[in-house]
Amino acid sequence: MSSDLIFTKDHEMVRKSIRDFVNKEINPNVDEWEEKGLTPLNDLFKKMGDLGFLGIRYDEKNGGEGLDYWYELVFLEEIARIHCGGIPMAIAVQSCMATPSIEQFGSDYLKETYLKGALKGDLVAAIAITEPDAGSDVAALKSFATKQGDHYLLNGSKTYITNGTQADFLTLLARTSDDPGYHSFSLFVVPTDIKGFAVSKKLDKMGMRSSDTAELYFDNMKIPAENLIGVEGEGFIHQMMQFQHERFAVLPLTYIGIEEMIKETVKYIKERIVFGKPLISKQVLRHRIAQWLAENEAIKHLSYHIVRMKMKGQDATKEISMGKLLAGNLVNKVADGCLQMHGGMGFMNEMRISRSFRDSRLTSIGGGASEVMCEIIAKTSGI
Amino acid sequence: MGDDLYFTKDHNQVRRAVRDFVKKEINPYVDEWEEKGMIPLHDLFKKMGDLGFLGIRYDEKYGGMGLDYWYELIFLEEMAHTPCGGVPMAVAVQTNMATPAIADFGSEYLKQTYLTPAIKGDMVAAIAVTEPDAGSDVAALKSFARKEGDHYILNGSKTYITNGIQADFLTLLARTSDEPGYNSFSLFVVPTDLEGFAVSKKLDKLGMRSSDTAELFFDNVKIPAQNLIGVEGEGFVQQMMQFQHERFAAIPIGYIGVVDIINETIEYLKGRIVFGKPLIAKQVLRHRIAEWLAEAEALKQLTYHIVQMKMEGQDVTKQISMGKLLSGQLLVKVADGCLQMYGGMGFMNEMRVSRFFRDTKLLAIGGGANEVMCEIISKTAGL
Repeated sequence: MSSDLIFTKDHEMVRKSIRDFVNKEINPNVDEWEEKGLTPLNDLFKKMGDLGFLGIRYDEKNGGEGLDYWYELVFLEEIARIHCGGIPMAIAVQSCMATPSIEQFGSDYLKETYLKGALKGDLVAAIAITEPDAGSDVAALKSFATKQGDHYLLNGSKTYITNGTQADFLTLLARTSDDPGYHSFSLFVVPTDIKGFAVSKKLDKMGMRSSDTAELYFDNMKIPAENLIGVEGEGFIHQMMQFQHERFAVLPLTYIGIEEMIKETVKYIKERIVFGKPLISKQVLRHRIAQWLAENEAIKHLSYHIVRMKMKGQDATKEISMGKLLAGNLVNKVADGCLQMHGGMGFMNEMRISRSFRDSRLTSIGGGASEVMCEIIAKTSGI
Repeated sequence: MGDDLYFTKDHNQVRRAVRDFVKKEINPYVDEWEEKGMIPLHDLFKKMGDLGFLGIRYDEKYGGMGLDYWYELIFLEEMAHTPCGGVPMAVAVQTNMATPAIADFGSEYLKQTYLTPAIKGDMVAAIAVTEPDAGSDVAALKSFARKEGDHYILNGSKTYITNGIQADFLTLLARTSDEPGYNSFSLFVVPTDLEGFAVSKKLDKLGMRSSDTAELFFDNVKIPAQNLIGVEGEGFVQQMMQFQHERFAAIPIGYIGVVDIINETIEYLKGRIVFGKPLIAKQVLRHRIAEWLAEAEALKQLTYHIVQMKMEGQDVTKQISMGKLLSGQLLVKVADGCLQMYGGMGFMNEMRVSRFFRDTKLLAIGGGANEVMCEIISKTAGL
């Protein structure tokens, strides 16, 4: 209903091919990968790359499909239907978090060598920003890349790095100057086969278990100077722009995730008989769900508005921050509420809702916490 | 931001004309009308009718402007900037609540005799559905119109009728049969100069004070049979469709009124020094405001989606119910939160926020309470 106002037959064709892929190649393996705490990313990305899924909106000359932001949205909506949060996140790192800045600011050499490889699925990418003492407060970063002739010497560490144990390269933000302010950072492509790179720890997480998360250590790594993305000293600014792609990706992943959670819960409470009647006959539950559906619908149309703004090249920082804030808040509420409606059964790991509950908790933290979104909204609104 | 994606120069011209009118012909009198508990509707509507504002989307044949739903939205958005709720509500009764059924189902006679003068501002209209024992539960109506030859004899009472003191005609729903079910009701145009009509009480309200509200009494009122709107027995169904126009009109104030009151509150917080600093410096207040702004933006985009659906002739019952629910909730939350930020000053009647607080509570009740919206969402979502 009403989606026909937004999506064309061509969109629906792409949607169908992604949906088929998710149903055939991903969903049957989710339980195993969740159990292992690892998705075989080189295998999976190769298959996705062959079908053109990893570079939907990227230029054909870089190995992309040359489609627009509406197709990217369709892609994100469909991977949101994967039966866990970890795999969609791993994929979004590859297509929306670690590669946009290479396309936007990178040299032809970097595009040829890394972006193409990532879009084809030959290389696994990760985005390396957060450090033990610097998360949302990006300016507190300590990792340092010192220029020495035709290379930079990188020292430091990064943490909470999604795809970090498998990545072939990192898109990494490091200090290149001790000066205070926002012009002392640079973005690099850091291949993980350079000497001095180490995965110091594979982190154990509450949710998103199929996605591997690493703590990384850099000991005098020699990064070729040509691996600098864009302009030295402008890495912070480049990354703030890259963050917009990352945060936008959270929106479809979340409102579709919420739809799926509600759908499954409704199905469960229609069959669950309590005091002689199906649980769905309880008005208090139906109204709670109606409220979530209304809030979710509003987020969806805010997201479509953002796509329209992106299509016109407008700055959507405020709207994306609003969307991410609302999505994170709502998913916490819905995941908790749906688990509640499942009763004791919801507490069992065999139920998808218990996984959704654990996985979705990251939404309001990762990619900039809800509190950081509020700061950005306040600033961009002149408060 | 991004409004240029939806509105053309022609839209903006209409917007400007309505805005100018509100500033010149309404705002200077709001305090006086609020104090009196009455707006001179015949004067005001005549001025608005002369400018074409009362029939934006109605056929030119009946004095309308023949424009589309986007223009109607603009009209509602601009009316929502009025610094009280009572005046926009009185106007919306005329344009969106009491006349759509005449335009959709009425005979040529009814359109010429009542719709055209309502659009021109020569007649004041009211919508008479609610009764002392039947509000949201419309099917519990008791007012009865008995067919006798070429007229109907109407007996009963109506309450909470906006514009009821001043109305020249009522669009009224009454039983025309004792059979149970939804096909026992009919809609009528009831002129208030017929014998047996009485305003039994002018009601005193918490807010919306500039708008007059009446309890009406019908004692053997002889209504000409030609004043039946549409088909006898189909009044309930026709009114359900008219409600969609009424409820839609309650949504723009959700995002316009909220942003207006937030802007006013921010100005106050910037000037208010507490513990040596402007109150706006408090992060907890800024974040609270940021979240309200995000919710308002999402509601606005849901609203624009509804307009797009209406333009395509799609059924928007579910989306309008979602929008009305969110609008009522957001208004109540923000009104309370902004009043809180004003402190003691917010409790003084001289501040707009205290009026906003009193007026907005009705948005969660009138036109179908939040709880009724949840019922409709549940039903249309298949719960």
